[in-house]
Amino acid sequence: MFGNLTLESFQHDMMQDMAVYGGLSTGLLVLLLITYFKKWPYLWKEWITTVDHKKIGVMYIAVVLIMFLKGVADALMMRMQQAVSVGDSQGMLSATHFQEVFSAHGTTMIFFVAMGFMFGIMNLIIPLQIGARDVAFPFLNALSFWLFTAGAMLTLLSLAIGHFSVSGWLAYAPLSGLEYSPNEGVDYWIWMVQISGVGTTLSGVNFLVTILKMRCPGMTLMKMPIFVWSALCSMVLVIMAFPILTATLLMLTVDRYLGMHFFTAGGGGNPMMYVNLIWAWGHPEVYILIMPAFGIFSEVVPTFSEKRLFGYVSMVWALIVITILSFIVWLHHFFTMGASANVNAFFGVMTILIAVPTGVKIFNWLFTKFRGRVHFTSPMLWFFSFVLNFTIGGMTGVLLSAPPVDYQVHNSLFLIAHFHGMVITGVLFGFFAGFTYWFPKFTGFFLDEKLNRHAFWCWTIGYLLAFMPLYMLGFMGATRRLDHYEASTGWHPLFVMAAIGAFIIVAGATIQFIGLFWSIYNRKKNMDPTKSLFSNSSGLNLKTGSMGDPWNGRSLEWATHSPPPIYNFAIIPTVDQTDPLWAYKRGQLKLFQGGYEDIHLPINTPVAMYIGLASLVFGFAMTWQIHWLAIISFIAILFLTIYRLSCKNEHETISAAEVAKIEKSYSQGNAA
Amino acid sequence: MTDPFLVHHTADPTADTSLPDPHQDTFSKTVLGFWCYLMTDCLLFATLFITYAVLHNNTFGGPSSKELFDLSTAFLETMILLASSVTCGFALIAAVKGNNRNILFWLAITFLLGLSFIILEIDEFRHFVSEGHSWTTSAFLSAFFTLVGTHGLHVTFGLLWMGVMFAQVYWQGVTIDTFRRLVLFSLFWHFLDLIWIFIFTFVYLLGVI
Amino acid sequence: MKKTTKPVFYMLLFSGLIFALILAMQPLQIYLLQKDISVLFPSGNIAIEQRNLLFFLQILMLVVIFPVYILTFIFSWRYRADNTKATYDPDLVDHKIAEFVWWGLPLFMVILASIITWEKTQALDPYKPITSEKKAINIQAVALQWKWLFIYPEEQIATVNYLQIPTHTPIHFYITADAPMNSLWIPDLGGQIYAMPGMQTQLNLIADQPGKFRGSSANISGEGFAGMHFITHADSEENYVQWIKSVKESGQNLNFATYEELAKPSQNISPETYQLKDLNLFNRILMKFMQPPPK
Repeated sequence: MFGNLTLESFQHDMMQDMAVYGGLSTGLLVLLLITYFKKWPYLWKEWITTVDHKKIGVMYIAVVLIMFLKGVADALMMRMQQAVSVGDSQGMLSATHFQEVFSAHGTTMIFFVAMGFMFGIMNLIIPLQIGARDVAFPFLNALSFWLFTAGAMLTLLSLAIGHFSVSGWLAYAPLSGLEYSPNEGVDYWIWMVQISGVGTTLSGVNFLVTILKMRCPGMTLMKMPIFVWSALCSMVLVIMAFPILTATLLMLTVDRYLGMHFFTAGGGGNPMMYVNLIWAWGHPEVYILIMPAFGIFSEVVPTFSEKRLFGYVSMVWALIVITILSFIVWLHHFFTMGASANVNAFFGVMTILIAVPTGVKIFNWLFTKFRGRVHFTSPMLWFFSFVLNFTIGGMTGVLLSAPPVDYQVHNSLFLIAHFHGMVITGVLFGFFAGFTYWFPKFTGFFLDEKLNRHAFWCWTIGYLLAFMPLYMLGFMGATRRLDHYEASTGWHPLFVMAAIGAFIIVAGATIQFIGLFWSIYNRKKNMDPTKSLFSNSSGLNLKTGSMGDPWNGRSLEWATHSPPPIYNFAIIPTVDQTDPLWAYKRGQLKLFQGGYEDIHLPINTPVAMYIGLASLVFGFAMTWQIHWLAIISFIAILFLTIYRLSCKNEHETISAAEVAKIEKSYSQGNAA
Repeated sequence: MTDPFLVHHTADPTADTSLPDPHQDTFSKTVLGFWCYLMTDCLLFATLFITYAVLHNNTFGGPSSKELFDLSTAFLETMILLASSVTCGFALIAAVKGNNRNILFWLAITFLLGLSFIILEIDEFRHFVSEGHSWTTSAFLSAFFTLVGTHGLHVTFGLLWMGVMFAQVYWQGVTIDTFRRLVLFSLFWHFLDLIWIFIFTFVYLLGVI
Repeated sequence: MKKTTKPVFYMLLFSGLIFALILAMQPLQIYLLQKDISVLFPSGNIAIEQRNLLFFLQILMLVVIFPVYILTFIFSWRYRADNTKATYDPDLVDHKIAEFVWWGLPLFMVILASIITWEKTQALDPYKPITSEKKAINIQAVALQWKWLFIYPEEQIATVNYLQIPTHTPIHFYITADAPMNSLWIPDLGGQIYAMPGMQTQLNLIADQPGKFRGSSANISGEGFAGMHFITHADSEENYVQWIKSVKESGQNLNFATYEELAKPSQNISPETYQLKDLNLFNRILMKFMQPPPK
């Protein structure tokens, strides 16, 4: 009746129980509060059924914050275990539990923190930066979000019900196959990644079409902000790489569910094929993550250097070269699998080559500061730390790209230190910078700058303390994913240092969380003085910073109110160069031409959320092999899709007069 | 009736399509988006193809493709699918002309042809399994069943889509929306035919050489 | 925005101190832990060559890193917002020579690195036998759950979680697994290679000094993975011969039947020795995965 689900699946060790009860209680508390304050109609109308890219972006980030808590908790547990589990001590976690924790940590951080954060920021910013009213396919956008959330919820469910996978964040075969991992762990992993992966692929198509088709008049490709370029390249990678993941997961699924032999040890199966395919996706994936972070720095650095970005064309070409190269390097993740010297050497050379465009970008950012006027706001602090730390990580990447060196340090903590350097100081710091930078745009007030700085120092110092020792540990022969080691290895002191670093990082993350709530609490004090538009009837009278533009920005998202109205721009802007808002402020460009027109917007719909919910049920049912539930939820998905694709695309219209009224109310200080 | 090629919900056929369109379902955007989706599907099949290429000799002591495949069935399936692409094309021509009855007629023929394809394929699979050559026997068979089966699943979804389009055209006739959906469907159907040509060539033809 | 000199100064000073500290820590760590840092102070020629390539690439990279660091600090200080002495040129957005330098110079360095890397990859191919006057010792390694089985086919002995080899003698490993993917790694002697069921990989290593070197599995293979470490004892030729003799006299028997017992999952196994009764054992283990069991 319930497939493989039994009462035993709900029993865990005390630590996990505490986490589950803690999470459940918090969730219940939130639900109770919403009910008490009678906010369900508001939530339903404004958020759950929305197809507005700005709201969807905020929701992405909300889910990301929750998943980030889980990922960081996992990390802390790992560091504590490895600091303690030496010699006779076995640490707090059993070997299996430790292996579940590091598998969950990687899966959560890559799929539900990094990807979610990226799509959240892209949702918020891309349509504004290209002067559009929304993305190309708003319903699909909402659907992608709910599929993402379904995957995230499966991750949280795996904490409470049953066990998670023990085969790492990529679930190499044959360990992830039926023979060596018969329980539900790998199935959880398959469905959470597959479901959210479909959402990602849809978003890839969505943003690609948005950028190609919906730029405002005059914005040719070479006049787009670099962040939009980075998103374009990233989405090209999404479209080309994610289908590989979908197919590979499909093959692993039929191996496990139907007894097939794609990746089994016997039966003619070929586990090396799994490794090849998963990394053919996996390597583009990490570039999917880093390019938007680079794009964010390309926005932040010029703004806070009061100067245009240095070498725009060079930056674009660097992005394109990175995009192309990222498809011909994947073998460097398994130099040690025994390919011939020629094959290994080829991929090694291709990998070293990627250092060139990356270096180009760093120099261009630095020379943006050259002869500029640099303001060290917290986004710039993140950039500063990024430059110093990412280059070290990149340097160790070049070391790893030489196969003979890789033979020694592959799968050691040296590797872990390298890629965390890339992901933390590159992707995460970039997203932190973007979050702080664009926060006033969507809320009308600033994040507390002082708390930001404290968080920044905690993250930088904590990161260095947590990961620099890992380089040395790798040289000392410490492999990754060890739940215990002998005292004679001499590794213990370095693990203790790393654990201290992890605690400092957690302190930094805590400060950020507190800072968020503190800033919301103090929002009246931190108000953005420029948030409302001052307009007259014939168009827009803009002095520097008199329109949702606290940082003296250069791109179009700053050319509307903070927070933007639902239609983004009352009049779609017309541009003729990069940095159009600066050009406007210097009198070189008439940004808004013509008068107000009727604006048509898509209406809300709950269908996206329903499909997400049905997908969650489907994933859970498939994990536990509850066949009747899987069939019902699958039919529900089918039915909802057909329903959606059969109904007319209804719109609501905001008449030109209404638009004028809304715009006027901003100038009178009673903006929404 | 309105020209289904209009890209704005305005009556002006000279409307500048480079201007932003507040309606989110513009013909050109949706078609581009669908082409992008088709490319992702293409890559999915490419992954299954290269896996088949790597595994097709791993018969684990069982039969090889030469011993197993029946070219006449595969050829018949190919002809059926090609014919269905032609009839699908006729359905689109009827849609451009706005002739509801012809659309329904050609859609029904396409559906029947697609259904025959699926029936033939299921029969082929059943035959293999009853002889003891199932997808659990070897990596080669796993790859074969998954590649061809995934294509068959796509065709089945196409049949479902066709059913829905039949209903829509029946109840609503040719509108901007139903026309657009017919165009997208025909892209999908032709794409599946193309994938089948690859399957026929690289799996069946090359498999029996 | 307000005058910001003092905070900027302290920020730069503080970061500079942090990075100087990190830099200083490296030689300190090396000094304190030297004997344990297998990859940097190895005991076998393969590992030494690999380390030398690491050093070469590291120095090449520093040629780029140093300017980046210096420019970052200088630009941050000189062009801070309230430094009115510095030139402010908001339209300086392009410089052909600068672009040429930072596309060209790294490209040149990458080409140099690539040539060296290509050569070294050929020379240090794990499958390439080590040229030596001494005849190579063949050892067949099987990754099990969760221990290592080492078979000496010519000496007709086998060991679990223990290796003894003579110094200055090439060791030619033939590696497979009866388990999920593992990786055979003895960092003091050289790099690793995966051990995979149904596949055979090879690894060539040599010990230049006597000692007890830690080996392990470097790829997660399940619950007992962390316990898969073993000692490689490199000693004189005489002691090696003596050891072989003692194992042949005292060890338990290892044939395919006892092997199947051994292959059952077990963790944290202490070293064991065996007399090899089935000389074809390794091939039989390999073939297990290549064809169905005889009916």
